[in-house]
Amino acid sequence: MRLVILDDYDLASEWAAKYIRNRIVQFKPSADRFFTLGLPTGSTPYGCYQKLIEYYRHGDISFKYVKTFNMDEYVGLPRAHPESYHSYMWNNFFKHIDIDPANAHILDGNAQNLEEECQAYEQKIAEAGGIELFVGGIGPDGHIAFNEPGSSLVSRTRVKTLAKDTIVANARFFGNDLSKVPTMALTVGVGTVMDAKEVMILITGAHKAFALYKAIEEGVNHMWTVSAFQQHPRTIFVCDEDATLELRVKTVKYFKVMTINKTPKFVWWLK
Amino acid sequence: MPSNKSVSDAPITQFINCRILRDNELQREDLWVREGRILDPEKLFFDEQGYADKRVDCEGSIIAPGFIDVQINGGYGIDFSQASENVSDGVSFVAKKILEHGVTSFCPTLVTSPPEVYHKVLPQVKVHDGGPHGAGVLGFHLEGPFISAEKKGAHPEKYLRTFKSGGLEDLMEVYGSLDDVAIVTLAPELPGSQSVVRELSRRGITVSLGHSAADLSQAEEAVQHGATFITHLFNAMLPFHHRDPGIVGLLTSDRIPAGRTVYYGMIADGIHTNPAALRIAHRAHPSGLVLVTDAITAMGLPPGRHTLGQQVIEIQGLHAYVAGTKTLSGSIATMDMCVRHFKQASGCSVQEALEAASLHPAQLLGISHKKGKLDYGSDAGQSRLHLYFCIPAVRAAVVPPLCPQRFLGCKYGLFSWGGGCITVDQSLQFL
Repeated sequence: MRLVILDDYDLASEWAAKYIRNRIVQFKPSADRFFTLGLPTGSTPYGCYQKLIEYYRHGDISFKYVKTFNMDEYVGLPRAHPESYHSYMWNNFFKHIDIDPANAHILDGNAQNLEEECQAYEQKIAEAGGIELFVGGIGPDGHIAFNEPGSSLVSRTRVKTLAKDTIVANARFFGNDLSKVPTMALTVGVGTVMDAKEVMILITGAHKAFALYKAIEEGVNHMWTVSAFQQHPRTIFVCDEDATLELRVKTVKYFKVMTINKTPKFVWWLK
Repeated sequence: MPSNKSVSDAPITQFINCRILRDNELQREDLWVREGRILDPEKLFFDEQGYADKRVDCEGSIIAPGFIDVQINGGYGIDFSQASENVSDGVSFVAKKILEHGVTSFCPTLVTSPPEVYHKVLPQVKVHDGGPHGAGVLGFHLEGPFISAEKKGAHPEKYLRTFKSGGLEDLMEVYGSLDDVAIVTLAPELPGSQSVVRELSRRGITVSLGHSAADLSQAEEAVQHGATFITHLFNAMLPFHHRDPGIVGLLTSDRIPAGRTVYYGMIADGIHTNPAALRIAHRAHPSGLVLVTDAITAMGLPPGRHTLGQQVIEIQGLHAYVAGTKTLSGSIATMDMCVRHFKQASGCSVQEALEAASLHPAQLLGISHKKGKLDYGSDAGQSRLHLYFCIPAVRAAVVPPLCPQRFLGCKYGLFSWGGGCITVDQSLQFL
């Protein structure tokens, strides 16, 4: 894996956004060859989305030939609800860029048959040729998407019941009223994300430090599902200083040297 | 391409780079319109997988809901109360001209007249939607004849009426029909008015108290029977008195039925109401303030003398006098002037000033689900306003403000710190 450590949240967001931008630009997507991107939601990737919008507005990147697949969505929450992941993606990303609506895929938590919805989603990913780059976050309990502790590390897209930790963490978006937080969600499986050609996990903040430690310095364990990516050939963990607080100094020192040597520069030969 | 046509084939327009008045604030959002309705872009994206056919760059202007004028007696030489053969032509002419002031819907107002006039005029104009051809008609505002002789103002005394037979029969005898009537102004102290107020409210017609010498308890009783509006507050009613506030007291009355709001019209031209009085009313009950022009036939005519019907009027600046005298003969303010003046005199925010001319009249008439707002699903009669800021005047020397109108010295006389000037751009009104 690569562990990229930046000084703070803003720099980490910028690094991640630049990486995504460069990958898309170097891929040279076209009408016959779309770039498939897996996307997360939540407070962690917000800064990254802001930066991507900035690059789009500046003309450095276009999402015309990009297909996106979001990781998850609540079950039973109306799509127009301000906390639904559809609303999040529309307000924080889609409405500011030039992506074709037909290429923006998000699981439908209000589908008649949730099982079929999950299987259809897997099908869509397969038809799109698999995911080039899957961007994700990590929960305080070490989960990737809504693959809560105990999820199979080879799982596929399915319905999951949310863990207490997750519900408590999300309560702040529902007026701190635990009863208003949805208890179930549709999520891509650990196996689904593992199938991607490359995985980038964003982790910022001291409250995620312990989960990062468990994910990369301990063994592969279904209680900390992000640890599964130790077995993926191309994983990058992008974090800020605070997120490294529980890591060994040796780990941090080793990867810091690498970061300085490999900060992505802008692909200047464009345009 | 733009929409997958699952809902509609019609083209979609997206207004970008603008601030829109929504949810009581000016938001930096794009406005999406299709077939005269405001669209929810999120639904468009996910349900129809659509996006805009056409983008309009608003260059930072404000988009506000079209203004609604619920009291306007005519303008540009047209008098709505005149029983001519082609009333609807006159109404259409004024309707087209007031678009320039940002007004996209209005209630043509008839002053106290003999029954023959009502019987001739009312059937000629129907409620209809606006468009690029002119502002929409929401229904007539019948100001009189069931008003107080003591507070008749400029209304002709010989045509005043009282309720003789018991309410509705009197109305039908005088007006002929109530089909396209939106508002009726009456004096609640007239005996027999309670059943009239109830009956009109039951029919969905807004009842307004005005040209009346009623005391507060008579006014409150009328409100309890269904009255919801006050016609040009302060004018043609008993002045506020601390032991009997009269109709003015409705602004802070505690005997208004729960869930109901009493709205009040204000002619904010700086002439009919002293700015201090305007501020008192606004501070007492800000959510009920409805800006009206109460414009007369002379509105919109150039300065100088004009013969209108039996009268000769002289227009000087914002004043219209009976020729040769200093007697005011009515208001010639336009709605955008009223919004500007209201904002400057009350010190309120831009959104409050705009809401007083759009949202509040829509709420008064019970049409706020369709008009007066830029919410998804609302009718898209909107005004695009440019908000400019005048350089404030220095005490000793008057510094000409830089106004895009290029006038030396602001023609509206707004020399206030951070004052704003609102002009209307008609290019986007009905799309």
